[in-house]
Amino acid sequence: MATEILMPALSPTMEEGTLAKWLVKEGDTVKSGDILAEIETDKATMEFEAVDEGIVGRLLVAEGTQGVKVNTAIAVLVEEGESADAAPAPKAEAAAPSAAEPAPAPAQAAAPSAPAPDQSPDWPEGTPMKTMTVREALREAMTEEMERDETVFIMGEEVGEYQGAYKISQGLLEKFGPRRVVDTPISEMGFAGIGTGASWGGLRPIVEFMTFNFAMQAIDHILNSAAKTLYMSGGQMGSPMVFRGPNGAAARVGAQHSQDYAAWYAQIPGLKVVMPYSAADAKGLLKTAIRDNNPVVFLENEILYGRSFEVPDMDDFTIPFGKAKIVRPGKDVTIVSFGIGMTHALDAAEKLAEDGIEAEVIDLRTLRPIDYATVIESVQRTNRCVTVEEGFPVCSIGNHLSAYIMENAFDYLDAPVINCTGKDVPMPYAANLEKHALITAPEVVEAVKKVTYR
Amino acid sequence: MVRKPAAKQSTSNVSKDELLKYYRDMLLIRRFEEKAGQLYGMGLIGGFCHLYIGQEAVVVGLEAAAKEGDKRITSYRDHGHMLACGMDARGVMAELTGREGGYSKGKGGSMHMFSKEKHFYGGHGIVGAQVPLGAGLAFADKYLGNDNVTFTYFGDGASNQGQVYETYNMAELWELPVIFVIENNQYAMGTSMKRSTKSTTLFGRGEAFGIPGEQVDGMDVLAVKAAGEKAVAHCRAGKGPYILEVMTYRYRGHSMSDPAKYRTREEVQKMRDERDAIEHVRELLLQGNHATEDDLKAIDKEIKDIVNDSAEFAKESPEPALDELWTDIYAAETSAETTA
Repeated sequence: MATEILMPALSPTMEEGTLAKWLVKEGDTVKSGDILAEIETDKATMEFEAVDEGIVGRLLVAEGTQGVKVNTAIAVLVEEGESADAAPAPKAEAAAPSAAEPAPAPAQAAAPSAPAPDQSPDWPEGTPMKTMTVREALREAMTEEMERDETVFIMGEEVGEYQGAYKISQGLLEKFGPRRVVDTPISEMGFAGIGTGASWGGLRPIVEFMTFNFAMQAIDHILNSAAKTLYMSGGQMGSPMVFRGPNGAAARVGAQHSQDYAAWYAQIPGLKVVMPYSAADAKGLLKTAIRDNNPVVFLENEILYGRSFEVPDMDDFTIPFGKAKIVRPGKDVTIVSFGIGMTHALDAAEKLAEDGIEAEVIDLRTLRPIDYATVIESVQRTNRCVTVEEGFPVCSIGNHLSAYIMENAFDYLDAPVINCTGKDVPMPYAANLEKHALITAPEVVEAVKKVTYR
Repeated sequence: MVRKPAAKQSTSNVSKDELLKYYRDMLLIRRFEEKAGQLYGMGLIGGFCHLYIGQEAVVVGLEAAAKEGDKRITSYRDHGHMLACGMDARGVMAELTGREGGYSKGKGGSMHMFSKEKHFYGGHGIVGAQVPLGAGLAFADKYLGNDNVTFTYFGDGASNQGQVYETYNMAELWELPVIFVIENNQYAMGTSMKRSTKSTTLFGRGEAFGIPGEQVDGMDVLAVKAAGEKAVAHCRAGKGPYILEVMTYRYRGHSMSDPAKYRTREEVQKMRDERDAIEHVRELLLQGNHATEDDLKAIDKEIKDIVNDSAEFAKESPEPALDELWTDIYAAETSAETTA
C-alpha cells in the first residue's frame, strides 16, 4: 500500500522548515534508516530518515522549497509493482491535540481563606513538662522514631563515631549500630542521591547535612529527584525522607556558611518545609517529618540548638504540619515569624509591651504548607502586620505573606505590611558588620511603630 | 553487505528459545523506537525524545541476567529499558504522547517514566543523577537483607559527572549490590569520547575505588548476557559493586533535534552494516537452523502488530483530565506504624 511521507517536526518547537535537498530520487528503493532528505529548521540542517521500506514513488515537494509546514505530504512511498498514483488522498494525521483549554484555577494550591484557623493546644492541658534543649529534643525525636520504625535510618557526615558535628545524633550509633547510623564521606550530592534512592527502595532515610550551606551541592537531588518523582511517576512512587541540618547564620563564619534557605525550599511543590523555633516544636515536628510520606526539608538553627524550652513529657508527641502557633496573643499588631526570627519577634514584643503596644506573635513553624488561616484571622483583628525572618529580602517568605495578606485581607489593613529581613548583602565576617547584616529586635520594634503610627 | 561473520561464536550454551526471545525483544525495541520517531515527526510526541536504536543488545542482554526483584534505573534514553523489563508497549507509547493511558498518566513524558511493579525506577533527565539514586536502591536492598541487585545504567557522557565518583566510593565502601552499566555509545550528545576525556577506558575508572570492571561488546547480546551474569554473581555474593562498560552505538541522533554534524554518515552506516546486534542474532538463528526465514518473518509481523497497536492506543488514549494537574504532588501523609 502506498504511504505518504510527511514533513517531520525535527525539534520541539518546529512548525515549518525548508526542504533543502532530496537525497533520493523517484524510483529509488529505500529501507528503514536511509537518509531521504536534508531539512533545514530554524536551528540546524538535519537529515531525515526513512521509517518504512519501499520505493520512492513521487516527490511532492521540490528541493529548495521554504516554509513547508510540518505534516505536509512531501513524498509518496510505494511497494514494488505499485503505481505512485495509488497514493491515498492526502489526509492530515490526527494532529497533536492543542493545549488551548485553560487549566482550572488552582483548587488548593493557594489555601482558601475560608477555613477557620486551628489554634487547638499542641498537648493536653495538665501534661507534665520537662526542660530540654532543642538539640536534645531533636535527638529524642529521632531516637523515638528509629525505635518505632525499623526502616528509619540516619546518614550524613560525622553522624556516627564523631557523635554528630553539632551533637544532634550523639549516642545514636551506640544505640542503633552502624547499619542504621551511617557515617558518609564528604559527598553531599552523592549521599543525598543515595538517600533518595533508598527512600524509593522502601526505607525512610534521615539525611543530615552538616549545614544547609553544603546542601547546595545536593540541591538537584532534593528538588529534581526527591520532590518531583511522585508527580512524574503519576503517583506510583514518592520519597518518604527527611533532609535536615542547621540553616542560617551561626556566628562569625562568613558568607559561605551563613545563609537562610527557607524561601528557596518553600517555593518547591512536592517538598514540605519545616523551620522550628522551640524545643517542643523541634521534637513534635521532626517526628511528624519522619513519618510523612513526602520529602521534608527540616531547617534547624545552630544558635537555637543549645536553648532550653519546656517540652511535654508524653508518649508519641507530634505536631501536625500547616499549623501555626500564636505564641503571644495581642491586639495591636501581628508579628509573623519562624525559626530564629522568633527570638527577635518575641524580644520586640516584650519591648513594645513596655510602650503599651500589645503585639500578637505568630510562629509559622512550617513554611510548606503555610497556615494562612491563622495569619489572616490575626491580621483581621489587629489590622497591621510585620514579618520577621533572617533571610535575604528579595523573594522572602515575608514578601509572599505580604502578597497573600493584600489579596485576602486588603480591606482590613490600616497600614502597609512591613517585611523585616536580613540585609541584602553577603554575610560579612567582622563582628560589627555581621550584627548589622542580621535582623535585630530594635528593627522589628521600629517597624511595628511605623505600622501602628506611633 | 560486509557483515563480520557470526559463525565463530559458540551458541552451544544458548537455547533456541533464548535466542528467539532476544531476537524478539531487540526487534520490539527497534520497531517501537522507529514508530516513536515517526509519531514525533507527526507532532504527536513533544519535547525531547531520545531513541535507543542501535543499543538494543545492551538492555536485552542484561535483562537476561536478571531475576525477579532486581531493580533497574537509567537516564532519559529509557524506552528500551522499559520494554526490555516487560513494561507494556502501550503504556510507554501513551506516555510519549502525553496521554492518560501512559505509565505516568501523561505527567512524566519520554524522560520520566516509572513502573514500581516491574522495578523500573526511571527515567531521569538530569545526566548522572540516576547513578547515586541507583546505588540508593541497592542500599535499601542490602539494608533489608535480600539478594536483589540494581542495574544502574548511564552513558559515557554521564561518566564525567562528579557524582558518579562520589557514588563509586560509597558503593564500594558499603559493598552495595549495584551494577554500574556504562552504555558507551561513544558520543555525549555531540561530543565524542576523544574530545571529552584522555581516558581510553571508562570501566577502569572504578579501579581507584577498588571496583572491578570490564569492557563488553555491546553489539553482541550473548556477550552482554555473559558479562551480566558474571557481574550479577559478584553482587549477589555480597562482594559489592561491579562496572560493565558496554561498547555500543546509537544510530540516531542524541535527540530528535540532532543536526548530526559531529560524525559522518559513513561511520553510522558502517556500524549498521557490519555490527548490527539484531542482524547478528538473526544470523545465529538461521545458521544454527533454529529458525527459518518464514519463522523470522512471522516474528517481524508479530512485533509490527504490537507496535502498531501501541501507537493506535497512544493516539486514542485521551489526554489526562485537567484535574490531574493537581494530583500526585503529595502522598498520603504518614507511615503506618512498623515497630522495630
